[in-house]
Amino acid sequence: MLHPFQKNSAPIRTPHLWAKAVDKAYQKGEHKVPVLRGVDICVGKGEFLSIVGQSGSGKSTLMHLLGLLDHPDQGEVWLDGNRIDRLPVATRDELRNNVFGFVFQFYHLLPELNLLENVLSPLMIRYSILEYWRKKRELREQGMEIIEKVGLTHRIRHRPSELSGGEMQRAAIARALAGRPSVLLADEPTGNLDSRTGQEIMNVLHKLNQAEALTIIMVTHDDAIAGQAERLVRLSEGRIQSLEEAA
Amino acid sequence: MYKFLLANRYLRTRFIALASVISVTLGVATMIVVNSVMSGFSSQMRERIHATLGDVMVEATNMDGTPDPVHLLEQVDQLAGNYIEAVTPTVEIYGMMSFRWMGQDIYRLVTLVGIVPDSKNTVSPLAQYLQSRQQIKEDDVVVREPLRDVNSPLDWSMTADARRDRSDWIKSRQLEDFERRYRAAEASPDSVIANAAGSTTPVPPTSFNDNGVQLTTATGTPDGLDDPFGSTSAIPMEPANPEDPQPARIYVGSGLVSFPYKDRDSGKTRTMYMASPGQDVVLTTIKAGQPEPAPFKATIVDVFKSGMSEYDSNLVFCNLEELQYVRGMLSGPDPTRPHQNLNWKDGAITTLQIKLKDYQDAPEVVRRLSQGLGYQFQVRTWEQKQGPLLEAVAVESAILNVLLFLIITVAGFGILAIFYMIVVEKTRDIGILKALGASSRGVMMIFLSYGLSLGVVGSGAGVVMGLLFVHYINEIEDVLSRITGHKVFDESIYYFHDIPTAVHPMMVFWVALGAMIIAILASVLPARRAAALHPVRALRYE
Repeated sequence: MLHPFQKNSAPIRTPHLWAKAVDKAYQKGEHKVPVLRGVDICVGKGEFLSIVGQSGSGKSTLMHLLGLLDHPDQGEVWLDGNRIDRLPVATRDELRNNVFGFVFQFYHLLPELNLLENVLSPLMIRYSILEYWRKKRELREQGMEIIEKVGLTHRIRHRPSELSGGEMQRAAIARALAGRPSVLLADEPTGNLDSRTGQEIMNVLHKLNQAEALTIIMVTHDDAIAGQAERLVRLSEGRIQSLEEAA
Repeated sequence: MYKFLLANRYLRTRFIALASVISVTLGVATMIVVNSVMSGFSSQMRERIHATLGDVMVEATNMDGTPDPVHLLEQVDQLAGNYIEAVTPTVEIYGMMSFRWMGQDIYRLVTLVGIVPDSKNTVSPLAQYLQSRQQIKEDDVVVREPLRDVNSPLDWSMTADARRDRSDWIKSRQLEDFERRYRAAEASPDSVIANAAGSTTPVPPTSFNDNGVQLTTATGTPDGLDDPFGSTSAIPMEPANPEDPQPARIYVGSGLVSFPYKDRDSGKTRTMYMASPGQDVVLTTIKAGQPEPAPFKATIVDVFKSGMSEYDSNLVFCNLEELQYVRGMLSGPDPTRPHQNLNWKDGAITTLQIKLKDYQDAPEVVRRLSQGLGYQFQVRTWEQKQGPLLEAVAVESAILNVLLFLIITVAGFGILAIFYMIVVEKTRDIGILKALGASSRGVMMIFLSYGLSLGVVGSGAGVVMGLLFVHYINEIEDVLSRITGHKVFDESIYYFHDIPTAVHPMMVFWVALGAMIIAILASVLPARRAAALHPVRALRYE
């Protein structure tokens, strides 16, 4: 298989997150259903990669493996030259909190918390009560700054149920970024939005990718959205079908 | 941080969980009320028992007692004098009391206790339970103010009321005597002889309503002084003036001379007294040393009502010297005037009641006395003497607590079920939290602290409710009585005017703590389930 960085036109980047020949199968009743079969994928620092494929092609599962939400049956996941898929649970939790930011198709905001609290939740998880109280002002400012970036300053006291779909997704992005992660993992971030709002979200992602050199891995089934990324990986039946240079 | 924020939010947004906690609240409130009332009752009971007994009792194993009380006192003083505040001698013996009421003879089995009033009152505060020193209330209306000051020294004198009642009673008795003699003269000589032998004349039964209303006066009461043992037996000498009281004076237990009855018109329970201060009764006891009956007449000077029915329907307190004299344990210096200048120290006594400076020392005093005095005396604290009763109350209270705690445990299962539902409902949120880096322990802590806060809210509300209930228990009883139409807490049955309560802070603390622990335990299983959720599966959960 061709190493992505061997492609001539691609800028030379240091590999940041690297899945090496990962296999994953789910148990459905008595049958084992293979989802990923030896997928090899690598993303450099500051890259915007999109993974496309039809439903059931294993793109979400690949993202979960990259984001340490799940273990690969075989293969390895590396981050900055360290293998991370075999780490103890506590370290994996910590990595998820510090290194990765997740954006989901259905926003997945916590309904009991208002927008600001939702955005600050990764920080609340990171710090103990005492630390959090000590740094309260600083952390709040950090959260407000990110909310401003996604344009929701006027909505901070609102509950998720009082926000529109686009606003909820922007809030979810703000939450994913609150912990200042180095990789943003977005699972169909526009899948539940109309095309105009979806485009707004894409603009936000592009801005973040360019302005802050944030590494973004986006999963989608929409070719038009996927085409906006720097690079595109097409998955089919658990295998990489093609690697393309985006526009 | 997020744990407590979320627990707090769940607490405020999920009212179904609060509903599950209501059962905890009610359980805690019930436990507090029941425990307060139980301990109120038992401390009142202990107080009343303690008021008739001393701290420590030295009882002679021989029913005839020890003939040398002075020596015994010296010994006691030597052995444990440092701990003792006061000592009073008593003679305790079984006896029978009889008096006449409404044309019939009433017999009562009694325990006669010969006492020295002032020292007895120092050892155990008896004076407060005498009716002449109490306010008498009926349906919350004061019927009679105390005739004497509660703190006035205890003695055998009669109140003015008692003296008036006595003279009325004597007059009616003379009238009765006269009528009987008159009738006897008309009858055959045989019955005259029978009368002379002391048998009672049948008196036509008086209708209940005529006399029943009168509570204390003896005007309607016929002669209560026929000697059941015949006029030939050794009756002590009658006083020269019949209006003077007998040399033997008694405080009689209220239960011995009264009975409760239900007033047909008002439906309320009243107490009917069959004898009152100023009247004479006949007491029969046993002579010391020989199995011979010893009857004597005594004048009631006061009625004793402690609220312990065991005592009120059993005890008759008598002046110690007279009891000693009657039982042949003591004789006066002048044989022609046997009732004068009697001194109990020359006679025999059966029991010493001791008041300690500090009740904490009781085991030490008991140890010293029982070792020093030998087998002729039994030394016990009042608690040991009343052991079975106090133990029964303690066991009852313990069983009640166990049962009530089971109710709170049942409430715990309600919390468990509802928590499980909440965890299922929150599956996706748990997945999100895990994706954001929350540890399994953190997720578990959310639900544990949720459980704890439910426990705190539930038991806190329960404590407040329980304490309010205890505080207003008499008002609540009034309202209940008014609604149901009959008295819920009847004074004449329970002896208490108000429901006695005693709130022990430690009891409240333990009940609240127990409820909280149950709430936490009930949330452990759901919390563990939440912690064990796999993030990917939780996120996919619809």
